[in-house]
Amino acid sequence: MILFQERGINSIFINLNRLIMEITIQTLEGISVAELKGEIDAKTAPTVTEKLLPLMESGSKILVNLTQVSYMSSAGLRSLLSLYRQSTAKESNLLLVGLSEELRDTMSMTGFLDFFKTAETLEAGVSALKSS
Amino acid sequence: MSLDRIDIHPTHNYEGFKLRRGKPFPFGATLVPGGVNFSVYSSYATSCTLVLFEKHALQPMGEIPFPDEFRIGNVYSIIVFDLDYENIEYGYRMDGPNNIQEGQWFNQEKILLDPYAKIIGGRDIWGVEPNWDDIYHHRGRIAVDDFDWENDRPLEIAPEDQIIYEMHVRSFTAHPSSGAKYPGTFAAMRQKISYLKELGVNAVELMPIYEFDEFENSRKSPITGETLYNYWGYSTVGFFAPKAGYAATGKLGMQMDEVKALVKELHKNDIEVILDVVFNHTAEGNERGPYISFRGLDNKTYYMLTPEGYYFNFSGCGNTLNCNNPVVRNIVLDCLRYWASEYHIDGFRFDLASILGRDPWGYPLANPPLLEALAFDPILAKCKLIAEAWDAGGLYQVGSFPAYGRWAEWNGKYRDAIRRFIKGDGTVGDMAQRLQGSPDLYAWEGRGPATSINFITAHDGFTLADLVSYNHKHNEANGENNNDGANDNESWNCGAEGPTDDPGINALRARQIRNAIAILMVSQGVPMILMGDETGRSQNGNNNTYCHDSELNWMNWDLLAKNTDLFRFFKHCINFRKAHPVLRNQYHFQNRDYVGSGYPDISWHGTQSWNADWSDTSRTLAFLLCGKHAKAGTVEDNSIYVAMNMHWEAQWFELPGLPLGQHWHVSTNTGCPYPDDCFELGQEPKLDHQAGLLLGDRSVVILIAK
Repeated sequence: MILFQERGINSIFINLNRLIMEITIQTLEGISVAELKGEIDAKTAPTVTEKLLPLMESGSKILVNLTQVSYMSSAGLRSLLSLYRQSTAKESNLLLVGLSEELRDTMSMTGFLDFFKTAETLEAGVSALKSS
Repeated sequence: MSLDRIDIHPTHNYEGFKLRRGKPFPFGATLVPGGVNFSVYSSYATSCTLVLFEKHALQPMGEIPFPDEFRIGNVYSIIVFDLDYENIEYGYRMDGPNNIQEGQWFNQEKILLDPYAKIIGGRDIWGVEPNWDDIYHHRGRIAVDDFDWENDRPLEIAPEDQIIYEMHVRSFTAHPSSGAKYPGTFAAMRQKISYLKELGVNAVELMPIYEFDEFENSRKSPITGETLYNYWGYSTVGFFAPKAGYAATGKLGMQMDEVKALVKELHKNDIEVILDVVFNHTAEGNERGPYISFRGLDNKTYYMLTPEGYYFNFSGCGNTLNCNNPVVRNIVLDCLRYWASEYHIDGFRFDLASILGRDPWGYPLANPPLLEALAFDPILAKCKLIAEAWDAGGLYQVGSFPAYGRWAEWNGKYRDAIRRFIKGDGTVGDMAQRLQGSPDLYAWEGRGPATSINFITAHDGFTLADLVSYNHKHNEANGENNNDGANDNESWNCGAEGPTDDPGINALRARQIRNAIAILMVSQGVPMILMGDETGRSQNGNNNTYCHDSELNWMNWDLLAKNTDLFRFFKHCINFRKAHPVLRNQYHFQNRDYVGSGYPDISWHGTQSWNADWSDTSRTLAFLLCGKHAKAGTVEDNSIYVAMNMHWEAQWFELPGLPLGQHWHVSTNTGCPYPDDCFELGQEPKLDHQAGLLLGDRSVVILIAK
């Protein structure tokens, strides 16, 4: 596991067995933008929770960009829902962008999508959060 | 403050697996901190081995014999740490006696499914042919029971207010006309909830959704060459797992969430979910069947066996689950509690439920412990329990099923009486009982009208359209020389066998369908309709389509546009029932006036008012429900008059008089063509002639007083 600082970007890169997963967090117009790359499953989901949870502060705005998430397992969806529950408890605002058609369908069919605000693109997401 | 438990640390190591003594409870595989707790029991096994696979792998990744000190009583339990729980599959090997005459089938060669498995892999995608050389077909997987139900809870609709829609999950949306993105799935059904809502039903009864093997006894049809499946699914592989192949997310192992999302959405739309559950037998068949689970875990415990060690076959499906063995009883109870609490299921319909009342030697019990336990269970306390009160071994208990004040019954006598009456047979005396919720069967025991699940058609037998189009079954496509399926259908083809161009016959069929649904919706008790009857669905005269993954079973949504007038009529009858509490009484009629309205709660009429013709050849009957007696006089409703003329000629019916200021209005007249066959609530036209009316041949009229 390598943790590094680069131009104000806090990025975590993990490589467990065969799975690769990268989380980049930066601040954009007062919004924490977390970009997830790779596969989120039972192995990598705890890291997602660990890294994103500190962003859930009172009144904070968090955008989770899933554009580059190629696979999300049941454990992955559960980590997102867990973050959503934390965000409601902290009265922060969580929004997902970049859901692939397959991910959106899976989330819809399993009921997870009902909980989330979503936007198609990063720009639309930022704009939605700014006006929230 | 957090407490660091000491049982998060392994104590044993076996070939690289880190282990610890497990907890016997709960049975099955459960996620615990750091690992998975596996717990399984067998009365006669001498040793047990946990077998772990990587998902889909042909060979195990490891086999862990349970250390002897990990066994308590007959329960083997173990915690295995650091498992990638989303990517493993597990099973067991059991060693023990192998002596078939004594009912012992232990065989260490076989890898066995955990009967408590919450997700089962192996048939992940519907209809994908399995690898027949696989050493382990139905594979237990690890599940997470943490669905976010928010405020949802089973709806607890009063039993007498239910209107049940019996349906098959796959058939509902498998047809291309459904427009579903993922046809034949729970998810697709969820997209069609608005349809159910529009129809007006408030409960869906799902034909089996527990994991089953569509490839059990699969074969090619000798007629069409199509693959015939175990399509309906009345043959359970795992009682705790939803059918993966019915879930669009089954390939991702998320079927639990998909089913729960469906249930939650149905509940939001005020629709209850009843599961058709098959506890009378399993998918392991008879002596020639496969080892899946029970046979290798504890054959003698799970199955009813003859003194020679063969399987009793009260189910007609090869074996009989030994439901009144205390161990089996507990697993049934655990299963139903699980579905009621984890899936928020509102009720259960028990296939061939009379088997659940037989003792381990097959004799019917006066006081069957399983049925009693279910009736008094605290978790199931508000669940509907519905018995198919007969079995394939000749036990027929409609009216005498051990009920403990809780059990309702599929009323086969209702079905037969209505079928006979609408084709011009049977007796009006029998009809009178059925229309009142069959008090002759149930009142003597203090069981209310809602005990009677009234139906004219169900998955077994003809559809409603076929009931009026065929005299005989036409099951050739099943490949059993038309020997399967019931012969006593009480059907009438109205003059030609099967489809016809004869407009007179088609008009009569359309009327007979309307007569049936109209009578069903004004009967006391709980009406149940069969999926697709509202659109005129036909099975081409096949009355036993258990094996067809084809248009013989699928709902064709194009029929909806073709038969809009029929769909409208169904909606009307359902709406009418919902609008009038006098049709949904909690208690049986007393045949007297106990509220001082001047009318008895129910009165019988015929072509002459106040004088029904009860003779054996009578084909006319009418009844008046006094609105002031609705729900035992606790709510006020319109009085309702229903006249049925099943004579082949039109008949003049004299109408009972109404209190001053009230008049008869026409709600329904099946003798009139569309659009005058029914009128919207509140739009019922006043009857011109208040003293009587002419009922066309074979037609039903429903009037309301206002």
